Amino acid sequence: MNRLFRTLNKKALIKAIIAAVLVIALVLVGSRNLQNFDPALIAYLIGTIFAVFGIAYRYSIWLQRPPTRLYWRRSMQFLFSRHFIPYFLRSLRLFFRNIMFQRFLVYRGRRRWIGHFLLATGCMLAFAITIPLTFGWIHFILKPGDDTTYYAYLFGFEAGSFALGSTLAFIAFHGLVWCSVLVTVGAVIMMKRRFTNGGLIATQTFGNDWLPLILLIAISLTGLGISYDYTFLGGKTYQFMAVTHAITVILFLVWLPFGKFFHIFQRLAQLGANLYKKEGSRRGMAVCPHTKKEFAAQIHVDDLKKVTEKLGFNFGKEDGTSHLDLSPEGKRSALARAHFEARKESGHFFG
Amino acid sequence: MPVTDYHQEMAFFVDMQRCIGCHACEMACAECETNGQESMIHVNYVNRAESVQTTVQVCMHCEDPACANVCPADAIHKDEFGVVHSANTSRCIGCSNCVLACPFGVPKKMEEAELMMKCNMCYDRTSAGKKPMCATVCPSQALFYGTREEIERMRPDSVPVNSFKFGKEEVNTKVSIMMPKGTHQLIVG
Repeated sequence: MNRLFRTLNKKALIKAIIAAVLVIALVLVGSRNLQNFDPALIAYLIGTIFAVFGIAYRYSIWLQRPPTRLYWRRSMQFLFSRHFIPYFLRSLRLFFRNIMFQRFLVYRGRRRWIGHFLLATGCMLAFAITIPLTFGWIHFILKPGDDTTYYAYLFGFEAGSFALGSTLAFIAFHGLVWCSVLVTVGAVIMMKRRFTNGGLIATQTFGNDWLPLILLIAISLTGLGISYDYTFLGGKTYQFMAVTHAITVILFLVWLPFGKFFHIFQRLAQLGANLYKKEGSRRGMAVCPHTKKEFAAQIHVDDLKKVTEKLGFNFGKEDGTSHLDLSPEGKRSALARAHFEARKESGHFFG
Repeated sequence: MPVTDYHQEMAFFVDMQRCIGCHACEMACAECETNGQESMIHVNYVNRAESVQTTVQVCMHCEDPACANVCPADAIHKDEFGVVHSANTSRCIGCSNCVLACPFGVPKKMEEAELMMKCNMCYDRTSAGKKPMCATVCPSQALFYGTREEIERMRPDSVPVNSFKFGKEEVNTKVSIMMPKGTHQLIVG
């Protein structure tokens, strides 16, 4: 146990504790000192606090790696520059395009995008519903003398109402059912790929590729089970449905920082990479000494020289230039020419 | 999960001087299922203005891959067989660090898909005991996949070299290139 504490990264630990305490504070404030908090959801809350702690810890460790730290710093530097407004708007547009709608996946395969979009949208909608409920930010009441109207409260303030039995009530009460359907359909599409695509079959692993899909389907099906129970079984199996659903959701929350689901948080770095590329090309492009063509932003090449050096690589040459000054095609040609010269020197091109 | 049957005694040998620029390997590469039918091999003229010399480049699968080290998303990993895999699709953020850092100029950035892709030695085939697609079709055997004994028998005046010098950096690889006998390292510059 002592060894575990000794190996913990202090910077990351502090950030993770701050993030977890912040969540607890948000719960206390948002639920008006817990008066609107639903004690039945305490297990979900504990799971969420652990997930936030773990995600903040891993994210912080991740940002300490030289290439990640460089991207993070550059993204912030470029965003909060005199080009803030165009870069902020660009990032916002890309946030919707690539994070909310994952449009870049269309270019990896249309069916793949549809599957991922359904799965991700279902998850995001479910989070948008369950987190405010778990934190006690939203609650619903019936007012005395009026048992036909349901009132929604946000942070303790009345935010709206709807008639029980109305279409709106049906849609709202079954919000998580719609999410479950989206997730299940999406996960089945993604699973089918893993059964039929030869490349995926060769490289996939159970823990990284199958377990996340199985877990998402398990969460969805047990969630649907709760609805099925109170709609058709009169609540006879409620305990079983509620406990199995809680177990699957908490497993998901606890696993969020460690497994494949961490890519949800890493994906945001794509926005930074895009900004870096945009600002880099504005500042000037690097020209390959071999092909004489522009191939990347000069700042990218220069930054990469520093990063590779920090990582223990030294591609610098005696004349002060670097192998990294070459474009990919230039590097391939340099290798071929060196090979040609070596063969020529030996007196035999083949053999 | 399928049973992995990777033949450790098999190795990849490249001899760029034998490349005739026919692009057969490019066509075959697109048949590799781990690439999603995208060709990952590079065939290009070395200096078209001066000569007709062409070169062919597969991933050399470095012992300490620069691409994996510079990846900000931890998307590239080397497996227990020494194969450096194409970027993990859920992690890759399309930053192109790997494209620019690879000393052999191998990774490709698929711009619209925001994804790096590269040769992973036809892992769908090699992990099942088969040869990579490019090596099966190369008519001049610039690309050869087999045992060390086989290549030594076929090329008695050459020796496989898997050590390279780029600037001050020494890079050792899983894939070898065929060099004149007595050579231990290719100094690129």
